[in-house]
Amino acid sequence: MTQPLLIVDALVKHFRLEPRGLFEAPPLLRAVDGISFSVKRGETLGLVGESGCGKSTTARLILRLIEPTSGSVALDGVDVLACSKKELMALRREMQIVFQDPLSSLNPRMSVGTSIGEPLRFHGLADQVERFDRAREYLEVVGLSADYYDRLPHEFSGGQNQRVAVARALILQPKLLILDEPVSALDVSIRAQILRLLSDLQGQFQLTYVFISHDLSVVKRFCDRIAVLYLGKIVEIAESETLYREPLHPYSQALIRAIPEVKVDGPRASSLSGLEGDVPSPVNPPTGCRFHTRCPHKMPICSEQEPPLKDMGDGHQVACFLH
Amino acid sequence: MKEPILRVENLKTQFKLRVGILKAVDGISFDLYPGRVLGIVGESGSGKSVTAQSIMRLIEPPGRVVEGRILYRDRDLLALSETEMEKLRGDRIGMIFQDPMTSLNPVFTIGDQIGETVVAHQGVTKNVARKRAVELLRLVGIPEPEKRLDDYPHQFSGGMRQRALIAIAIACEPEILIADEPTTALDVTIQAQILRLLADLQKKLGSAMILITHDLGVVSLMADDVLVMYSGRMVELGDVATIFHRPQHPYTIGLLSSIIRLDEPKNSELRSIPGLPQIPINPPPGCAFKARCIRALPICGERDPPPIKTPTGSIVACHAVEADIGARMPVPA
Repeated sequence: MTQPLLIVDALVKHFRLEPRGLFEAPPLLRAVDGISFSVKRGETLGLVGESGCGKSTTARLILRLIEPTSGSVALDGVDVLACSKKELMALRREMQIVFQDPLSSLNPRMSVGTSIGEPLRFHGLADQVERFDRAREYLEVVGLSADYYDRLPHEFSGGQNQRVAVARALILQPKLLILDEPVSALDVSIRAQILRLLSDLQGQFQLTYVFISHDLSVVKRFCDRIAVLYLGKIVEIAESETLYREPLHPYSQALIRAIPEVKVDGPRASSLSGLEGDVPSPVNPPTGCRFHTRCPHKMPICSEQEPPLKDMGDGHQVACFLH
Repeated sequence: MKEPILRVENLKTQFKLRVGILKAVDGISFDLYPGRVLGIVGESGSGKSVTAQSIMRLIEPPGRVVEGRILYRDRDLLALSETEMEKLRGDRIGMIFQDPMTSLNPVFTIGDQIGETVVAHQGVTKNVARKRAVELLRLVGIPEPEKRLDDYPHQFSGGMRQRALIAIAIACEPEILIADEPTTALDVTIQAQILRLLADLQKKLGSAMILITHDLGVVSLMADDVLVMYSGRMVELGDVATIFHRPQHPYTIGLLSSIIRLDEPKNSELRSIPGLPQIPINPPPGCAFKARCIRALPICGERDPPPIKTPTGSIVACHAVEADIGARMPVPA
């Protein structure tokens, strides 16, 4: 078996917050608290979870947009965290990110064509004429017309701007593309257009994706494997079909049950089974299993010890004392 | 069926912009019945929120309601004075907005903000209002409401803030509840809690509810009737089962097939509607959906399709559907 493209090992990011009082220690926000996973070449791994679970922090750590507290990230055998600044520059060409809101990630005063060619300029890879040609080429790659080169982002819809953001990420021909909620800001009728584009591009350019989303129906449809995060920890990883057919962790089960699926004749909203309570703060996460405060199957051990991620066969891993 | 509690007739709301006139709501009509939930669905810019704000008379310049009637108990809300409208707002008509952080005042306690509504509309003393606030917080599922009453909004989580807003909206047991994307800003497990709460309260109070959302799953679980909007126009109106099982307008059909369903295999085709929605600034004549429509006819670029009643009982504004049915049956007024 070939080596996975991306290996994330025991990654931790604690943010130190402002101290509340003069004599108090500054509180620690445990955004990402020891997560490990790997992504095979050509695979799409989904990271799902609710706000504050650490999914976007994980993305930024992989790209080293922020420095981790501890742990390691390896892209194609290269240790991302041990790189010098210069090596990191070279490495960033191999991994790119697309954010949720294309309007705020594109320069409003720069034509979309210039934006798309900008990474080439930044990395010193092409002169002006070449950049123009390549940007026009990539406009077409993402399904836009090359004649849109001089348009400004505000002349485009959300879906079109998201295509521009994808083109800008792809022009460096990266191996890994991190997609951080790429369709969450888009309308239903447009969402599928972008997902289809991403899926076509993956085949065309042999891309590996890390797909971050809070929308489980999108993740299930788009990803090969899914990691479910809760308060900075992975609680379950499985093939996407397996996760939806037989989720093992009570949190994964609750997440899936809470999806408002289109249902007209069946039981209605009063029967929606949500989880009780709120997500606790990552500043003072619960002891033991972090989910025990909301878990319907809580046992005494759950508040005392942290459940390790256990292999259930076929790469299905779960961190829960029930298993 | 009972008499409608709210009757919206040919509502038109426009915004005068430098680049032209934005016809945000362009001829919407529907009836809202007591005890029933009307879901208004549509994508961003379809005019669903402006419809709600027009009913509440919250449209501010450069926006203006230019035409139509909004009849509540035989009174036209558009003809009321601001003072009369203020009496209805928050009392007979409650409203819940999307973002619970910006609709609560950060410098007043939760208890004060609930109490304020009760004092304003029921003329009770502060003490009585405080007791009522505790009851309301309990009703919306805030644990230990006596203790939480004096908390400020920032001490509440997102889900709890939305519960507090719901408490304010139902404080005077309104006959009409308008909820504009009430769960869009919330996480999915919290969304499920809030939807369940809204459904329970609506039943308990027997209110009529207008639920505005872009999420078709939410509508299918909550609504009795559904109004589909596109580019400020009414596209289709009918009961929830008819809209979801026998949609007729090409836009409704396209929208429903764009839903990503959990039970579909990973590699099955993802469907979408080709093209982009148009922003209705100085819109050309004809159907707003024609450029994206797979059934567009020459007439669609010439005349606005009138709403017609179809054999399934729903009301559809589409020339192609009209041609299917053959004989034209205008909507009874």
